[in-house]
Amino acid sequence: MSDMESSVAEKMPTVSVGETVARRDASGDRPRQTVFDVRDLTVRYGGNPALAGVSLEIHENAVTAFIGPSGCGKSTFIRCFNRMNDLIPSATVEGEVLYRGEDLYGKDVDPVNVRQLIGMVFQKPNPFPKSIYDNVAFGPRVLGWKQELDERVEQSLRQAALWDEVKDRLRDSALSLSGGQQQRLCIARALAVEPEVILMDEPASALDPISTTRIEDLMHELKRDYTIVIVTHNMQQAARVADMTAFFSVDVSSGGRTGILVEYDETQKIFTKPSDQRTEDYVTGRFG
Amino acid sequence: MRATGRRWSEDVVKGVLALFALVSVATTVAIVVALLLPAVDFFSQVSLREFFTTTDWAPLFSPARFGVLPLVAGTLLITVVACLVAIPFGLGAAIYLSEYARPRTRRILKPALEVLAGIPTVVYGYFALTFVTPQLQALGVPVGIFNALAAALVMGIMIIPTIASLSEDAMTAVPQALRDGAYGLGSNKLQVSLRIVVPAAVSGIIASFVLGISRAVGETMIVLLAAGGMPNLTFNPLEQVQTMTAFIAAVGAGDAPHGTVAYNTIFAVGLTLFVMTFAMNLVSIRLVRKYREIYE
Amino acid sequence: MSTLATSTALRQPRKRSRVLGWAFLAYLLLSLAVGFTTLGALLVDVLQRGLPFLDRILIFEVPSVDPNIAGARPAILGTIYLMGIVFALSVPLGVGTALYLEEYANRDRWYNRLLEVNIQNLAAVPSIIYGILGLAFIVRGPIGLGFVLLSGGLILTLLVLPVVIIAAREAIRAVPSSIREGGLALGATQWQVIWRSVLPAALPGMATGTILALSRAIGETAPLLLIGGLTYVAFNPTLLGPFTALPIQIYNWTAQPQEQFRLLAAGAIILLLALLLTMNALAIWLRNRYQKRW
Repeated sequence: MSDMESSVAEKMPTVSVGETVARRDASGDRPRQTVFDVRDLTVRYGGNPALAGVSLEIHENAVTAFIGPSGCGKSTFIRCFNRMNDLIPSATVEGEVLYRGEDLYGKDVDPVNVRQLIGMVFQKPNPFPKSIYDNVAFGPRVLGWKQELDERVEQSLRQAALWDEVKDRLRDSALSLSGGQQQRLCIARALAVEPEVILMDEPASALDPISTTRIEDLMHELKRDYTIVIVTHNMQQAARVADMTAFFSVDVSSGGRTGILVEYDETQKIFTKPSDQRTEDYVTGRFG
Repeated sequence: MRATGRRWSEDVVKGVLALFALVSVATTVAIVVALLLPAVDFFSQVSLREFFTTTDWAPLFSPARFGVLPLVAGTLLITVVACLVAIPFGLGAAIYLSEYARPRTRRILKPALEVLAGIPTVVYGYFALTFVTPQLQALGVPVGIFNALAAALVMGIMIIPTIASLSEDAMTAVPQALRDGAYGLGSNKLQVSLRIVVPAAVSGIIASFVLGISRAVGETMIVLLAAGGMPNLTFNPLEQVQTMTAFIAAVGAGDAPHGTVAYNTIFAVGLTLFVMTFAMNLVSIRLVRKYREIYE
Repeated sequence: MSTLATSTALRQPRKRSRVLGWAFLAYLLLSLAVGFTTLGALLVDVLQRGLPFLDRILIFEVPSVDPNIAGARPAILGTIYLMGIVFALSVPLGVGTALYLEEYANRDRWYNRLLEVNIQNLAAVPSIIYGILGLAFIVRGPIGLGFVLLSGGLILTLLVLPVVIIAAREAIRAVPSSIREGGLALGATQWQVIWRSVLPAALPGMATGTILALSRAIGETAPLLLIGGLTYVAFNPTLLGPFTALPIQIYNWTAQPQEQFRLLAAGAIILLLALLLTMNALAIWLRNRYQKRW
């Protein structure tokens, strides 16, 4: 970890211009189970592609980060993994997103089930205006898991490293918590429905540095049992937490702004020896 | 440079406009005085106890009886039945418009719903009397020409836009982030609507109910034409009833001599009606302000 | 998780919630259908019964105990005159009050806030109470005009005044403050800025709101019943004479036992609805035509 950090800090220049092909499977590691297999994904909002031709694989029990300048489609991309883009009427999705071999956008796949398996935490903490207990219990109740609710709530809060702080005030309103606590509550809420994957869209960008560190520590803990995918605009954060990093950029050649995947590799490679010049420019701070 | 004092013409303009504004204040004061003075006169001759607790209303007969409860019961009966229609369907329409309808659909449906509210109440009264009642009879429902049911059903439908419009405003004001959070947990639309949006919008929704009830209580023409003209203390909607408003209209349009106790019943009943609706309106305004504060 | 298990998990319908989902949607659509079906039934019924009676007699003759020669001319004229009175009075009063509240009044003063609450309350007072007000103060009492057309016009004005005020306020509020600041910076007085810049800009919005308020006034019956609208009027109404109006005539005919009067009522309803439709269409046209995007 500290190697990577010092590399970034020194902004060590790298050499190759290379091809703009995304790289899969890092060399030399034990083979990891593929959880998501994205093939040539293009997302349009009423005509203009916000994201085009993206292909990559997400590995199990790893933290994968999407980085890139604003407007490059990272949030759009991550929302494809749990079909949240379905909620936007003008959005169309082309290409495939395979989850353990099954097409998420298949004909009889119910997005509601997708979202129970693949959970999401949002940029701005959005606890429901209910009690802390009812927030965490919401998911299980909705799924009909009424037994052992208390145990479930406690376990989720423990996993989110929030239990000790709230165990005596579970009936208090969730809105009485601090920003960092609210975000951990949202994580606990997501964990309560027993997902396999947790998507996080800039989970710490609205929080103070101390809360951010706690969330990052959580990601380390959680990746043992879950697969984590995060979007972050903070390169240092990606360098700290992610095993794999995907760098996105904006392509203006066709008139509009379309997001494309530039490079996808082990985090260490992305930050010390990127293959693409654009990646190097971004991580060394020359733009974006 | 010439020293200019305050332009007095500006003060004149402001004064004139303030006077215009006072017209509305004067109206309220006038309403209160118009109701109170004759009512006080009335209650000097008829005891409060008789008015509010006895159950025989026959002010134009002799011996005259002044128990207002049949009129209040008539109003309540019609209001309750009307709300049994207006509240579920008004809320349903609101949920559809807010959570299910596409923007283009909503742009057409919302104004269309307002048309319902724009039909004059005398037309609704005509409809209740000449269409709904015969239809009910044809269906085998044992109602006479005048009955509370037909009037209440039509009134309920008339009130649907009131409830739908205000509830929909309250629901649309709920931030999308809350819905996203719930969808992200694997909820379906029904669950998001009922477990997240409606509870979050509840004060606006209750405000709409209260406003709807207030409108039902204050409505005159539908009940005047279709519900009947004889006071009747009952909770059976199949019978005919006379509401407070219908009574006021009937006596007010009639020939009771000015200044008599019988004539002053208009004001006593009017005062009762005014106090009821005024209280409800205050509650509704308070609730709307509360939900606007939370989200805007 | 195995591929088969995943496949099942993704596809497995939650049976109970599927059925509930459809049932709920059915209830929502039913909610809409109830209102629209009733509206449709009402319109069909009125047209079916009234169209045959929509003829010269209805429009040009006076009421009569003989339904064959009864017409609604006094009522139609009464409605038109009332509309005129209400328009002439409510526009200056309503716009003036709105201007006072938006441009001149200090919001922190308690009396101005009371004024606002007062207007909101007045907008929700039952219309028959306005009738009582008219009976006590305008027909009799201090103003003492008697059961005449002007009384009806005054009371309807008071009835719709809150609505006009609220609509005018919204229109004035929509005018961006940059317009005001620009004018004031040039040395114009507040009133000059209002008269020359703000009012013209707010005019379309106010016109729309006023027309909608007027269409409410036209349909009101209850207050007029108390102001003497139910008198038998077989001549053209004058400002200070007995009067009647279209909704009153409809009420009158509907309440008659003879079936033919009911049919006449349907004809009069068509007239009234046509009038309302025209006014609302005008309001919408005005709004679309002149709505500025700031």
